[in-house]
Amino acid sequence: MDPQERFAAGDLEAFEVLFRQHQKQVYAWIVRIVRDTGIAEDLTVETFWRIYRSRAHFNPAGSFGAWAYRIATNAALDHLRKSRRETQLPDDLAASLTPDPAVQRESRDRIRKAFAKLPAKYRLVATLALIEDEPHDKIADAAGISVSLVKVRLFRAVRMLRKQLC
Amino acid sequence: MNPHDDNELRELLKRSIAPMNDTELHRDLWPRMLRRLEQQQPLRVPWFDWALAAVAAATLIFFPGVIPALLYHF
Repeated sequence: MDPQERFAAGDLEAFEVLFRQHQKQVYAWIVRIVRDTGIAEDLTVETFWRIYRSRAHFNPAGSFGAWAYRIATNAALDHLRKSRRETQLPDDLAASLTPDPAVQRESRDRIRKAFAKLPAKYRLVATLALIEDEPHDKIADAAGISVSLVKVRLFRAVRMLRKQLC
Repeated sequence: MNPHDDNELRELLKRSIAPMNDTELHRDLWPRMLRRLEQQQPLRVPWFDWALAAVAAATLIFFPGVIPALLYHF
């Protein structure tokens, strides 16, 4: 019996094997969404807790990784909905937008604030597609929506940002 | 709003919020996972503890004379 089958049957050792196989990928996915390493660690544990709880619904013939990505995305989305905190910006910001540092800082702040105000489902798609350059089909699979809906949400997110910045 | 403006805004966003450079997990989260599992597990009482409690209760009900003896010893 492989670990996935044993996990579906409730075997804790099989769950540990799967946890160790997938924890890095799940963490890397979540940290791209929430942009905070501490919160991403908490959400990785939360994701695997949800996975363990719903093991009876897992199809051992399916992909554990794809299932884990889906649950991780939902956990991250729940966090974005609860949290009204601003998106943390890393220090290593890319090249300047304008030569004037004051204007550059102001512009950056405005974008950061506008981005933080986006509803969670738009922020999720915009973060993954526009900032992290993840392919639309991967975002669609992880969020459990169609590629067309990813494009629609992206379009709306850009429109909302434009509205707030103008 | 036109597609050109949209692309410009997307570029601006990309340049303002950098992608996460460090997405590496630096520690094993399994110990935390185990703690979480232990905290959330419902308290399980083994069947033989229930059997022992039932025998003790039956003894006290059917032989109440043992109660003063037990109280004397405790």
